[in-house]
Amino acid sequence: MDFSFLQVYQDSFINGFLMTLSVSITALFLSLLIGIVIATFRFSRVTLLEWIGTAYVEFFRNTPIVIQVFFFYFGLASVSINLSKFTVGSLGLAIYTGAFIAEAIRAGILSIDPGQMEAARSSGLSYVQAMRYVILPQALKIVIPPVGNQFLNLVKNSSVLAIIAGGDLMYAADEASVDYDVIPIYIVIAILYLLITVPLSMVIHYLERRWATDRQRR
Amino acid sequence: MDIQKAFTKEHLLFLLDGLWVTLEVAIIAIVASFLFGSILGIIRYTRIPVISQLVGIYIDTLRNLPLLLIIFMGYFGLKELNIDLPITTSVILSMTIFTSALVAEIVRSGLNSVQPGLIEAARSQGFNAVQTLWYVILPLGLKRTIPPMVSQFVTVIKDTSLAVAISLPELTHNAQIIYNKEFNATIPILLLVAMIYFTINYFLSLVSRYLERRLVG
Repeated sequence: MDFSFLQVYQDSFINGFLMTLSVSITALFLSLLIGIVIATFRFSRVTLLEWIGTAYVEFFRNTPIVIQVFFFYFGLASVSINLSKFTVGSLGLAIYTGAFIAEAIRAGILSIDPGQMEAARSSGLSYVQAMRYVILPQALKIVIPPVGNQFLNLVKNSSVLAIIAGGDLMYAADEASVDYDVIPIYIVIAILYLLITVPLSMVIHYLERRWATDRQRR
Repeated sequence: MDIQKAFTKEHLLFLLDGLWVTLEVAIIAIVASFLFGSILGIIRYTRIPVISQLVGIYIDTLRNLPLLLIIFMGYFGLKELNIDLPITTSVILSMTIFTSALVAEIVRSGLNSVQPGLIEAARSQGFNAVQTLWYVILPLGLKRTIPPMVSQFVTVIKDTSLAVAISLPELTHNAQIIYNKEFNATIPILLLVAMIYFTINYFLSLVSRYLERRLVG
């Protein structure tokens, strides 16, 4: 197998790797923020907010990320709003992943026995205090593994940037494949992705196992 | 934005052509990965030595790679090895290989959720290991996999749009051809296509919720 492309395309692979990493990290923080806000909306007693939260989750979970990214890139360009590929990538990924994170947070909070809230309230805590000291600490342990899985998906989904020539890792592969055999290129790209995703998976697995036994012990 | 230029009869029929390809690829990939993934999941669950470890490596590798890379491998990669598959077959193959790994994990955790007491009860009734698996563990365990399984299927339908990168003539690709021609139609066309995906997938998630209530309840 011919790995000589590594010398010629070294810089574009390194830049692609860094692009994938930076888009993923930016989108990770944004999606967490969106997820928390939308989950709060879904628990809101204001009907309009609750409705917005539900509509957001259902719409973005059920449409492809490719279409969302195309909308921000080609759609907005057609009305003369030109966003950079980095912005399109981070925004598209954050909006999409945010819907899944909101759902994970909601499911986690709902999984806490209602008796916990009643007990907390009847021992004199306010609603906010009960949430802060009783419900959220328990929910957090249930929520973190699925949210971690969403981060994993986010990193993998960042490859959609390649479709709009976004300069990410997958795009670097596409570029190099014009002049060289593709199989060695794909092997190198796969290893570079695994460098990001495998440690992330291991942390998720560790937390899942640690907290599962923690819950069984109680 | 130009809605009249966007929604002509010709464009709508062209999108419909794309929708058929999307559905064809998605349905075949869903059925194939359900079957193949279930077998892998059962192998993981029963811990058959050596095979189980190999399946584990298969699952963990694929789960940690982007599907787009697998689609490229299944198309350009196989071409380089002189295996020339039609583009539709190649996408179905890539999606099946990728999705099977995720289905296997869903099946394994579903089977793991069956209470040990029920398995012991079946064994002490005189069921052998295979009978216990077939009559007790699989029916009980697979029921619990319905919600994650359906959301995996929804993901398959959405992810067929990644094949736009290798110009599979599916829904997203056909949409792109239209708005490359009619620049002003970009937003209306993308919104319409989003609504088509949404309708199919939302319907599936309603079915999933219904089944979950009926079967698990």
